[in-house]
Amino acid sequence: MTPLQILLAGAGALLGLAPAVVALGRSPGARALTYGGALTLCGLTGAVALLSLLGLASPTGDAVLPLGLPWVGARFHLDALSAAFLVVVNLGGAVASFYALGYGRHETEPQRVQPFYLAFLAGMNLVVLAADAFSFLIAWEVMSLASWALVVARHREAGNVRAGYVYLLMASFGALSLLLAFGLLAGPQGAYAFDAMRAHRAAGAVAALVLALAILGAGSKAGLVPLHVWLPLAHPAAPSHVSALMSGVMTKVAVYAFIRIVFDLAGPPDWWWSLPVLVLGGATTVMGVLQALMQQDLKRVLAFSTVENVGVVFIGLGLALAFRAAQLPAAAALSMTAALFHVFNHAAFKSLLFFGAGAVQEATGERDIERLGGLIQRMPQTALAFLGGSLAISALPPLNGFVSEWLTFQAILMSPRLEAWALKLLVPAVGALMALSAALAAACFVRVFGIVFLGRPRSAAAGGARETDLFCRTALLALAGICLVVGVLPGFVIDALAPAAEAAVGGRLPAQVSQPWLSIVPIAESRSSYNGILVLAFIAGSAGMCAAAIHQFASRQTRRGPAWDCGAPDPSPATQYTAASFAQPIRRVFATTLLAAREDVDMPQPGELRASRFQATIGDPIWRTLYAPIAWSVDLAAERLNRLQFLTIRLYLSLVFFALIGLLLVLALWT
Amino acid sequence: MRKEVVLAHNASWLFRVAPYLIFAGTWVAAALVPTFATGLMFSWSADLIAIIALLGTARFFLALAGMDIGTSFGGIGASREVMIATLAEPALLMIVFSLALLAGSTQLSTIAGYMLSSNVGLRVTLALSLFSLIMVAIAENARIPVDNPATHLELTMVHEAMVLEYSARHLAVIELASFLKLLLYVSLIACVFAPWGLAPVGAGAAAHLLGIATYAGKLAVAGVLLALFETAIAKMRVFRAPAFLGAAFMMGILGVLLLFVSRGGLR
Repeated sequence: MTPLQILLAGAGALLGLAPAVVALGRSPGARALTYGGALTLCGLTGAVALLSLLGLASPTGDAVLPLGLPWVGARFHLDALSAAFLVVVNLGGAVASFYALGYGRHETEPQRVQPFYLAFLAGMNLVVLAADAFSFLIAWEVMSLASWALVVARHREAGNVRAGYVYLLMASFGALSLLLAFGLLAGPQGAYAFDAMRAHRAAGAVAALVLALAILGAGSKAGLVPLHVWLPLAHPAAPSHVSALMSGVMTKVAVYAFIRIVFDLAGPPDWWWSLPVLVLGGATTVMGVLQALMQQDLKRVLAFSTVENVGVVFIGLGLALAFRAAQLPAAAALSMTAALFHVFNHAAFKSLLFFGAGAVQEATGERDIERLGGLIQRMPQTALAFLGGSLAISALPPLNGFVSEWLTFQAILMSPRLEAWALKLLVPAVGALMALSAALAAACFVRVFGIVFLGRPRSAAAGGARETDLFCRTALLALAGICLVVGVLPGFVIDALAPAAEAAVGGRLPAQVSQPWLSIVPIAESRSSYNGILVLAFIAGSAGMCAAAIHQFASRQTRRGPAWDCGAPDPSPATQYTAASFAQPIRRVFATTLLAAREDVDMPQPGELRASRFQATIGDPIWRTLYAPIAWSVDLAAERLNRLQFLTIRLYLSLVFFALIGLLLVLALWT
Repeated sequence: MRKEVVLAHNASWLFRVAPYLIFAGTWVAAALVPTFATGLMFSWSADLIAIIALLGTARFFLALAGMDIGTSFGGIGASREVMIATLAEPALLMIVFSLALLAGSTQLSTIAGYMLSSNVGLRVTLALSLFSLIMVAIAENARIPVDNPATHLELTMVHEAMVLEYSARHLAVIELASFLKLLLYVSLIACVFAPWGLAPVGAGAAAHLLGIATYAGKLAVAGVLLALFETAIAKMRVFRAPAFLGAAFMMGILGVLLLFVSRGGLR
């Protein structure tokens, strides 16, 4: 069998398992079959995809199945780009399935989750493999609808149904945009196979329209501002292993769709294509992380932070477009590699963080971080893994998040070679936004980790938490290990991604693994280099030597006592700093304008006996200015049109008659 | 030296490990900054962006350590520290961008070598970067007017509030790390904006001795200037600090933009 056949068989088997799981219903066997089967199949397909990405198995392949449109068939194609994304999808899928072997036990209605979980995984695999518009969109819809079903699986919890509704609307909108984009690419002949689209390139206004539709379609799934509104509602509503897949993996499938359409199918880019991508990417990073800093719900924090990271990926993609249009293949390859590397990294640490959030939720029953605290004492291994994920997502060395952001910064520093003036002004601004968002992300995860895992328990549930089960802990620690290993040995990942970047932009970075000491050197050593393994060794060495010297030559005694707190400790855990108070300085500095944050203080006069009040509110200007008017006009139109429902038969007949006359008139005038 | 550590009852392992990690992060970052000679042995293992990020790692652990015991002082310190960092770090990165665009490299040794060479000239960007870097250095090292390193029991404190629960060897290591950070910033400013006397790669012993002497001189000058500045100015309100650092950030962006717009001399 060729690799492509194995991959298709794997996706088909995932899809085929779903009815079997439905038949088994609520029994524990169904859980084992779902997650065990998904683990095996994702592990297998992920391994095959990795082998073909590394060139050890045949890297390309084509298959046509007699399904779908009769004159096109269902076409599937494997190349380096799809292989890279298949690795991300199936790594995420395999780890999530392993985690769910333990976590799924807590599900109250597993029959609402398990079949859709399998279909969701199969849909994501098929999107990445599809090579004609019809099967691409079918797979895309399978992915969307299955994830929608997972979002509303716990439909009795407040807010979940609304989240599902908003998600369904945005998903339909995105699919419609992609449908139109493919329609434009296919042209009037209806050439829906990707090969045929590549053969005759779109140009001029059509290409611009395709770009806009791709941004709308893929961007709404990935969570680009201002199309991100569904994401912080829907991702937290699903069970945690599904949230991890939606945030860590499904947004990456959307990134794949964008790369496939804009870099591959739409033809050679003009320089200005990068403008909207860079602007939206920059805005997305800062808006996402600022919103994340303001949230109280642990999973919503993580969902907004996904929005931020998608912005970072799109900044890399925008730079790649600009460099490619300017005929700078080395710089384009650097930007593309940075974007793909961040795709991989984000899938790893965001899954880790969502798994951690799920473990915390199962242990305490709480997602509100204001009611957690002190969990490092009770869940030490979860805390350790979550700390690793927090460091990685804050782009701190020596973990993996730093490497991809470092590569993106290096790509930004290449940009004076661009000719266009608009880019000369825009790229430094985007760099500043990205620097700002990296610092804000660190603040965000200091806040999350500090409030949830450190301090004293803020509720009885947090005080009585127990460490999570073995499956969950293994999945958490495995992902933390991936974050560390990829962070210290990034050269291997960059080399593995090189064919994928080459498929997208036509250039590749120099081989990294052959560099001395396993450094990474994107352009030249005199320009920039980074060596994760040495940095880790230096940190570990100096910390170890410092501790050893002090313990040897000074003192090693320790005494436990009550907290000092300037001599006036208060035993109530309510006197601790809360998440809201932690974020208050940043809210005052940044969010007053960007998020319309307001603080209302109502202080009674001396002698008055009523209680004083302090109220902090934040709004979402995007919802207010963009979505609220749309919802309002849709409501208005629906109300007006509602009258048409209660007319007499004569009026209906005359309406039909006049409509017919009108259409015939239009036809007559048209020709 | 022989004092025992007094730990709060609910202190976690993170609280005990953090001082050493903070020290190690700062130490590695400081070791990558040229002091009296360019061409450090492991200069290629991390560039200027990585040095800043290493300081970020140290700060991450410091802020977490402040929140570990669950006292309000620790929380207030951590909260203010990250607020200051969210403006100082991007400002610093903008300075790095300016220098990297000029020198065509983010390696600190290469930048210092470029600044030593004769083709630098006077540039507006460099002046903006210098001002911005000094402002960031003041904020990052918790000096007046942003924070007061000598104060205690004051609602205005930032750094001291975070380390309030530490004692004995842990406190010593953290204080050592913060002194080291000050040294790092002084060395950074000296090697980029006053690189005179730095011994180039492969220079003889005399050049290195000269380098050490000038480095000591630069440190002395910086110490005197810092002391003069601190006696001449009062500490500002916490919420004035964002304006102070925002100015540094804006100067950094302006410097980078000027470089992008003026085409000469870029590599």
